[in-house]
Amino acid sequence: MSGSTVIFWLLAPMTVAAALGMLLVKKAVHSAILLAFVMINLAIFYIMQDAAFLGIVQIVVYTGAVMILFLFILMLVGVDSSDSLVENIKGLRPTAIFTGLALMAVLTSLIARATTGRSVVGLEEANFEGNVQGLARLLFRDYVWAFEVISALLITAALGAMVLAHTEKSPEARLSQRVRSMARFRGASIGTAAGLPGSGVFARHNAVDVPALLPDGKPSDLSISTVLSQRGDVQETKSYALEGLPKIDEEDSK
Amino acid sequence: MNPMNFIYLSAILFVIGAVGVVVRRNAIVVFMCIELMLNAANLAFVTFAHMNGNLEGQVIAFFTMVVAACEVVVGLAIIVTIYRSRRSASVDDASLLSR
Repeated sequence: MSGSTVIFWLLAPMTVAAALGMLLVKKAVHSAILLAFVMINLAIFYIMQDAAFLGIVQIVVYTGAVMILFLFILMLVGVDSSDSLVENIKGLRPTAIFTGLALMAVLTSLIARATTGRSVVGLEEANFEGNVQGLARLLFRDYVWAFEVISALLITAALGAMVLAHTEKSPEARLSQRVRSMARFRGASIGTAAGLPGSGVFARHNAVDVPALLPDGKPSDLSISTVLSQRGDVQETKSYALEGLPKIDEEDSK
Repeated sequence: MNPMNFIYLSAILFVIGAVGVVVRRNAIVVFMCIELMLNAANLAFVTFAHMNGNLEGQVIAFFTMVVAACEVVVGLAIIVTIYRSRRSASVDDASLLSR
């Protein structure tokens, strides 16, 4: 068994498992991490097949640039943007899986029929002066027109993204401190006119993930960041209560 | 090692990506699945280049990477624009035309 065989059978199941996990995990951030793992594995597969340049480009462009872009957008859209895995079109998921399996059968059988039995040439001859040099000769001689067109496409895409993501903010839209203050007092409730309550339990714990206690002893949802509560990182306020004092919840139950 | 294994792996990854596009509803995850499909096609290109002793497969894979980068940039900008107006990244919420 050669080294490449060992690497393939080590990495290929992990790649498939990570790709499947991408579909199954609930949070989009986890999907992004699993996709980055798949892409690094693919880069190793490229390098195994004498495509050193593409392997490095795969790591730099995909796991470097594209995945970071995905993570940036995830941060913009919010870490809580995990979607429910409940299907709302009836029978969509079994149909999709069945069709996927059928597609896989068609793909593998067709490609296997077309390519099995042919001897593998290998890239030793094509790569004789180096992979990068061979690619550059093709790219800048035979495919130079496609290369120019694709560079135009890249510039157009960058412009398009700028146009789409750009928003014009008028100076009037920016609220001044005076306007904000008046809006607080003229709002529906005057409860937050003095600002939102700070986090933490008086004299015991003042971390940002511990909700403050209201006068009636209930934890206040307003005192912690919504991001923390959506991530589920909020501590139980009751665990910091003084011992020996009557607990509010116990009094309620009496 | 038989390079056909890479082709089978690429077919599996492509199908996983295709199923993901249909099943998942978060637009960003759908986008990642499209990336997975593009990567699977790239793996097939590179493997065919290796099998046939011809570098043109690698050139096409390189072009695919550039197109994928463009697609990600524009697609994510569209997702951000939709999110700004609708406060949602779910592909099912953008259904104004069906009502």
